[in-house]
Amino acid sequence: MENEKLSLPQYDIPEDIQNAVAITTLDRLYNWGRRSSVWPLMFGLACCAIEMIAAQAGRYDMARFGMEVMRPTPRQADMMLVSGTVTKKMVPAIIRLYNQMPEPKYVVAMGACASGGGPFKEGYNVVAGIDKFLPVDVYIPGCPPTPQALIAGMIKLQEKIDKQSIKKAPWYNKKVKEDVNFVPVPVLGPDLMDPRRYEEIKAAAAAKEGA
Amino acid sequence: MMTAPASTTTIDLTQRFPGVVTPDARPGYSGFIVEKDKLVEVATAIRDELGFDLLTAVTGVDYLPENKMEVVYHAYKTTGGPGLVFRVQVPRVDPVEVPSLVHVYPSADLQEREAWDLLGIKFTGHPDLRRILMWEGYEGHPLRKDWQEPFYEEEVKPFKSRWPDGKFFMAEDRNPFKDNLKFPQNFDPEKWIPENDEMLYQSLKRYTVKSEDGMTTDRIVVNMGPQHPSTHGVFRAALTLDGETIVGLKPVVGYLHRNHDKIGERNTFLQNMPFTDRLDYFNSMSNNFGYAITVEKLMKIPVAERAEYIRVIMAELSRIQNHMVFVGMLLNDLGAMYTPALYAFEERELILDIFEAVSGSRMMCNYFRFGGVVRDVPDDVLQKIKDLVFDRLPGKTDEFERLLSENEVLVSRLKGVKVVDAETAVKYGVTGPVLRAAGVPYDLRRADPYSVYDRFDWDVAVRHNGDMYDNYLIRIDEIRQSLRILQQAVKTIPQGPINSQKPQYQVRVPAGESYGRIESPKGELAFYVVSNGKPNPWRYHVRPASFVNITCLEQMCIGTKIADFVALLGMLDIVMGELDR
Ligand code: SF4
Repeated sequence: MENEKLSLPQYDIPEDIQNAVAITTLDRLYNWGRRSSVWPLMFGLACCAIEMIAAQAGRYDMARFGMEVMRPTPRQADMMLVSGTVTKKMVPAIIRLYNQMPEPKYVVAMGACASGGGPFKEGYNVVAGIDKFLPVDVYIPGCPPTPQALIAGMIKLQEKIDKQSIKKAPWYNKKVKEDVNFVPVPVLGPDLMDPRRYEEIKAAAAAKEGA
Repeated sequence: MMTAPASTTTIDLTQRFPGVVTPDARPGYSGFIVEKDKLVEVATAIRDELGFDLLTAVTGVDYLPENKMEVVYHAYKTTGGPGLVFRVQVPRVDPVEVPSLVHVYPSADLQEREAWDLLGIKFTGHPDLRRILMWEGYEGHPLRKDWQEPFYEEEVKPFKSRWPDGKFFMAEDRNPFKDNLKFPQNFDPEKWIPENDEMLYQSLKRYTVKSEDGMTTDRIVVNMGPQHPSTHGVFRAALTLDGETIVGLKPVVGYLHRNHDKIGERNTFLQNMPFTDRLDYFNSMSNNFGYAITVEKLMKIPVAERAEYIRVIMAELSRIQNHMVFVGMLLNDLGAMYTPALYAFEERELILDIFEAVSGSRMMCNYFRFGGVVRDVPDDVLQKIKDLVFDRLPGKTDEFERLLSENEVLVSRLKGVKVVDAETAVKYGVTGPVLRAAGVPYDLRRADPYSVYDRFDWDVAVRHNGDMYDNYLIRIDEIRQSLRILQQAVKTIPQGPINSQKPQYQVRVPAGESYGRIESPKGELAFYVVSNGKPNPWRYHVRPASFVNITCLEQMCIGTKIADFVALLGMLDIVMGELDR
């Protein structure tokens, strides 16, 4: 980041040392570091993943945002880019990956499918959007979103990171013992079963007439 | 065109099996109906006596009004020529049972599992009849016509609520579970015991044998995927290992099963076109091509002359970028992380620019229509294509070759590592470059010509060793052949209309069946469509190359080291969108 951006505007630094000294907040420095090295999970689900690869390649080059270091293991990743159709068969694996990612972690829903089911929403094996399970930070519309749209989404994510504060971040809070973002892994039964909704499913199944 | 069986075979089969084989007399249908009990015998004769060695497609159709289930088989000769359609009809009463053809045509393996999964047809004698696209324990067989998905609204589109009523609502609001879910009456999720892949590991058990020297060493089962950096998507393989050697393998697929067939049967014919884009998402143009010629065959309409050329140009451009990306990704899998892939993507972008210019979208082109294409190729775009195929791409292909083909590390890594031999490949229904690299010059553009490929001067690329190096080289050969076709096509493309029909939202399709196939970059891509004269297909089935090709994966991998598995899988050039549909 250029010095002018890093420095807080209200401090007058003499001109001759402006290149060497900056007065800023810890938050700004911390977020600047984080926003410039968001490591995505190397994780492609469907067609959108191909545009994700294209965005990594020559013409678009996500490396400009510090986002080229794709990690195949969730334990080293900061961001999960859900790039494609989320199916019922796949969702337990996705949730498991998400739970293995360390804090701070972000989820970006890329494309119509990940955002809400997309063209395949009516399908019997399709989850209508990853946000039924995971907290999504940025939605990117498109089918598939062009690499430009993906980059725009990434910039939005950076803006979101900029607004976070180290004081309030739950991942340094000693009082928060459990993983606040833990999501129970769904089970494959006669249909997809979300453990958080067992009671609801039971009640609805009992009330269902006929069938 | 091609489905009508040659008259000689008609005489042969019905005379050879009197009372067992009868010609299919329904209007719009072709081929034979075989008695269920004699199916294996007849199929063996079709393979051995008539020489139809390649069984490409096996699929079921649920004829609910006639209360019948039908299994349709499409067999071809690898020497080329028209195919043979034979089918079995059984009453639609559970259990619906049909003898399995796995022992006659091993290529039926995964396809029969699919028919069991989606249609509930039990193939007796199948060694490993488990669900394949859905998971064990899933309720119901989705492609049956009386099965309704949780977001069911109406039998066919356009749904009345949308048109003409024009009302909007959330599908979730109409489902008792407020989600895309469906459970049996009084279902209790807490009492459910998940299947946990027990059956999968059971099926791998058969590989466990006692070692000869009396020592019992444990075999270990390794799961690769569905999230793995080199499985090209959400592919999973369960491998049994003896030390480093692979002794057993089961592909586990369905993680991207997007219910293509079911959605396709609710759609109108034209509405399916954009869905085909999303099958093999690298090659939406080829997918469009396959679907368009299938329906055109059923409608018996010609294709506008200029459109034929445009189609060939787009399909071949698509093949070039597919093969370039294939080489890049292969090198990725072998450990040359990214650099070759970046070269490939550079060229791919240029080709995608053309697609975007003509269709409006980089990847999901939705460009073909029945009878032609949707928009013309403007002159400046044609000029761009000319620049690419005459100047840029030939040079870049040379550059690829210069950097890779003679590269010592690459050659020693690839040469002599067996992929598959010709006999096994044909037995397991492998098509496309992998089959041709094994020495079988079977290319549908020549063997079963469609569109205007017969007007160009080009050769079927073929290599003979069937090792990894040949599999790599054949892709380069095919790029060169595609360039040859393209250079002639852009020079000779005629002026004229781009569609033989008037633009229309709903096409009239007479009753009947149609099996259309094209040589997609991955192999044979075929569509099987049954129409009952209504605006929506009664049966819409995709026979993707990737899915049938992985039937052979186990044969390819057994006996090799685990380190080669990723490369072998890469050789098949699978893409999950069409594998799982
Ligand atoms: S949004 Fe479109 S491009 Fe992306 S995964 Fe879904 S269907 Fe494919």
